[in-house]
Amino acid sequence: MPTQTFKVNGQTVSVDVEDDVRLLWVLRDLLGIHGPKYGCGLEVCRACTSHINGRAFNPCSVPVSDIQPTDEITTIEGLPATVGKPMHPMQEAWLSFDVAQCGYCQPGQIMAAVALVKEVEAEGRTITDADLDTIRNICRCGTYPRIRQAIVAGEQGM
Amino acid sequence: MRARLRRGSQGADQGPDVDLTPYPPPQVVPELDASPNGIGRRRFLGYVLAAPTLVVAARLVADDAAPQTAAAAIPSLPGLSDLYDLGDLQDLAASATSSLISITVNRDGTAAFALPRAEVGQGITTSIGMIIADEMDLPLSDVIVTLADARPELLFNQFTGGSNTTRSLYQAVRVAAATARARLMTAAGANWGLPVSSLTAKNGVITSSTGATATYGSLATPAAATQASSLSVQLKPTSAFTLIGTPQNRTDALASVTGTKVFTMDLEVPNALPTMVCRPPTINGTVESVANLAAVKSMPGITDVMPISTGVAVRGATFGQCIDAVDALSVTWGPGSEDKQSDATVLAELKNAEVPLLAPPLSLLATTIESEFTFYFRSNSPLETNCAIADVRPDRAEIWSSLKVPILAQENIAQKLGLPTDKVTVHVMLGGGSFGRHLFSDAALEAAEISQKIGKPVKLMWHRTDDFRHGRTHPMATNRVRASFVAGNVLSFEQRHTSVSTDFTHGFGEILSSTLAELPLGNLGYAETIFELTQNVPYNFGVTSQLLDEVDMGFHTGSMRNIYSPDVGTAQELMVDQIAKGMSMDPYTFRRQFLKDARSQAVLDKAAQVGNWGRTMAPGTAQGIAFHAEYKGVCAALVEIDCTPATVNRTVANAATGPRVTKAVFVVDVGLPINPRGLEAQMMGGIMDGIAQALTSSLHFENGLPLEGSWDNYFYTRQWNVPPDVEIIVMPPTTGQPGGAGEFGVAASMAAVACAYTRATGTMPTSFPINHNGPLGFTPTPVIPPLPESPTDGLSNAF
Repeated sequence: MPTQTFKVNGQTVSVDVEDDVRLLWVLRDLLGIHGPKYGCGLEVCRACTSHINGRAFNPCSVPVSDIQPTDEITTIEGLPATVGKPMHPMQEAWLSFDVAQCGYCQPGQIMAAVALVKEVEAEGRTITDADLDTIRNICRCGTYPRIRQAIVAGEQGM
Repeated sequence: MRARLRRGSQGADQGPDVDLTPYPPPQVVPELDASPNGIGRRRFLGYVLAAPTLVVAARLVADDAAPQTAAAAIPSLPGLSDLYDLGDLQDLAASATSSLISITVNRDGTAAFALPRAEVGQGITTSIGMIIADEMDLPLSDVIVTLADARPELLFNQFTGGSNTTRSLYQAVRVAAATARARLMTAAGANWGLPVSSLTAKNGVITSSTGATATYGSLATPAAATQASSLSVQLKPTSAFTLIGTPQNRTDALASVTGTKVFTMDLEVPNALPTMVCRPPTINGTVESVANLAAVKSMPGITDVMPISTGVAVRGATFGQCIDAVDALSVTWGPGSEDKQSDATVLAELKNAEVPLLAPPLSLLATTIESEFTFYFRSNSPLETNCAIADVRPDRAEIWSSLKVPILAQENIAQKLGLPTDKVTVHVMLGGGSFGRHLFSDAALEAAEISQKIGKPVKLMWHRTDDFRHGRTHPMATNRVRASFVAGNVLSFEQRHTSVSTDFTHGFGEILSSTLAELPLGNLGYAETIFELTQNVPYNFGVTSQLLDEVDMGFHTGSMRNIYSPDVGTAQELMVDQIAKGMSMDPYTFRRQFLKDARSQAVLDKAAQVGNWGRTMAPGTAQGIAFHAEYKGVCAALVEIDCTPATVNRTVANAATGPRVTKAVFVVDVGLPINPRGLEAQMMGGIMDGIAQALTSSLHFENGLPLEGSWDNYFYTRQWNVPPDVEIIVMPPTTGQPGGAGEFGVAASMAAVACAYTRATGTMPTSFPINHNGPLGFTPTPVIPPLPESPTDGLSNAF
């Protein structure tokens, strides 16, 4: 069985697992990192959204062997450390607007929001309604309006 | 089975003159203390139980505010559900066993309450915590609300449904909390040799008139009892509330945003390995044979392959390997329960079963209008799919799952496993949504069966595609409406709801069996009883009647954030607009004139005012307004919709776009809002559900299975469908008693969207969602193998 090595939330990990197993299951089932949630395994619901080298992606749709030893995976658990604070500004905004209902999709929503803000920032502008409309993450509880509010507020703190 | 229900009211004998005096001024908010039958300053019995630290308990007493009426038009007699509704029935059922609801005061000063309900996102752990904290004078952060395991002795008082948690527990929880506070005060007084009347309590600290202080924690042991006793307590007056009625953030918010909230699949139970099930190509299909069982068992990571009653189970090191194993299985399937059924055949059965309307379709004296509406199947799948952990041993079993009726789950699992009920422990886990799904224990039962058959613990999770195709669905239904009106009066309003039967085997059955004899409606079946207790015509429409007719079919059904109201309400409100049009009246003015009481008119007025009803709208856009009454509450929704080609023809990859609701104003009066911020959140979810059900989300059944298999097929509201402008107004207390919240927002929202769409396009839609019969917006994935493979190109889509 091949050994897979990469960095997750600042730590180098090595896992013995077949190459084609998607990263989500390596994180959840083998490494016990439960922040990224399963919602479909089809790169549709985005509940597992995490970061690879600072960019948002869905580990449900990446074979673990595609992750290089130098790749830095960040899940919701490791997000605060990326800004060197107890809490990322986007998480603070989420708390301010009491966004979560059941909470199941929220780690993915926050990780997607952070990447979206960075993407927009790289284009030299701020978040618009049109940007918010592009977010694909499902929230079946329907707290979408508060997600929109929190992203705009979180952007100001980033 | 055909079930029929008649509900009617005869209009009072009154001349055609309409009372056009202005509607009554807004009601004075009744002080809780002054409400008739209110709990006010009456004294209640609390109980102190024998325990090492203070443990108190209380009994629930059903309380009810008197219905209000306002004169308008030809009054209809109040519908049954106006006076006595489903929640009252649940309150009644719960009252017999609620003495067992207890609060423990710990030595660290915290108060702990094991809530006999399921938290699935609706915020009850927060709102119940607020009620305890307020009555005890504790900070909210010092109240620890967990979910109780299945407790068979609670009987009907461990059922989460019908938006009833706060209604059924409000008083009992307050009495228990007041008992705890009184007992702590007594202990402090005894300690200091001072009368209790000279002491005050605040933030978990008791202070004497001389300045001495004692924390609740320091008194937890002295206040404890060595034998049970009762205590007469008074509840705080409304005016002394410090938390109830104030907006509070959820107590689990931090766990949610840091990813530390533990859902069932996040729990580590030793040796409970990932497990999935290969399911049949039609619902309820059965396994005839498996050709390659041994080969699949030798696949990487796989530990077990086992045929079970619902398919073939596989257990392995990771869920990813289970998915591969499921798809590798070569199974010969037997027929299912509805292999020949598709949308069209189900619709034909429903039409065949419709009960005739009573009023003559044509009259020389009055104008009669009639319409028929179709509501397609909708999935109640939450984001967390069906899942459960089971560890079944020869002599006992332990189960973990999000369960709204854990006692019934425990009974059913015990029966399935051949174990005594008391040998089955059922832990209620926090749920990642429910929407009706967790009323059933499908995953828990299946996990128990698998664990018993393979002799190992299992962590069972349904695949998303299975959750849509084999999971529960809100039943398809038709609704016929006929109304007649003349000279500014509505003479009659009839509705005939014909539905694929809703599965009520989740425990409402038990509740109803125990209480039917005490109900004011005779011996109706379960479905008719629930229809009777939830549906109403809130307008003075003369003779009204609403009937339910059910067609029993082999679908996996259940409620979905309410059972009948979104469909019945949408049909009703669309026809209200048609009547208004027939009378050349504005939809808002018409409703305001015909609504039965001032409380109803107040929310409608507020929505119209805040939403700027009647403002000039561009061609292809329009406003819609709708009203709904249920759960001892009233609400109104005003939406604006954009049906212009530029909006309708927007393209978003793998998505439904179509008309967009651009603005939503929602006004809600629940009688007594406990946590306005949480109530607002529930209404927000209701608006998103209403938009989805009106415009985009449904299942297409084809040859015994839905075609939908992912969230890019089942079009629940996504960000590109969300109104950029949403305003929710929580009305101040009116009745002094908390109503329901979780399901309450859907009906008025769905109706308002449908009404707005009608006004924007000039065409009233008659089937829902409106896109259901258009071109299928996706390519269905195969049914064999059952699970779509996870993509492998995720890195190329990183952003």
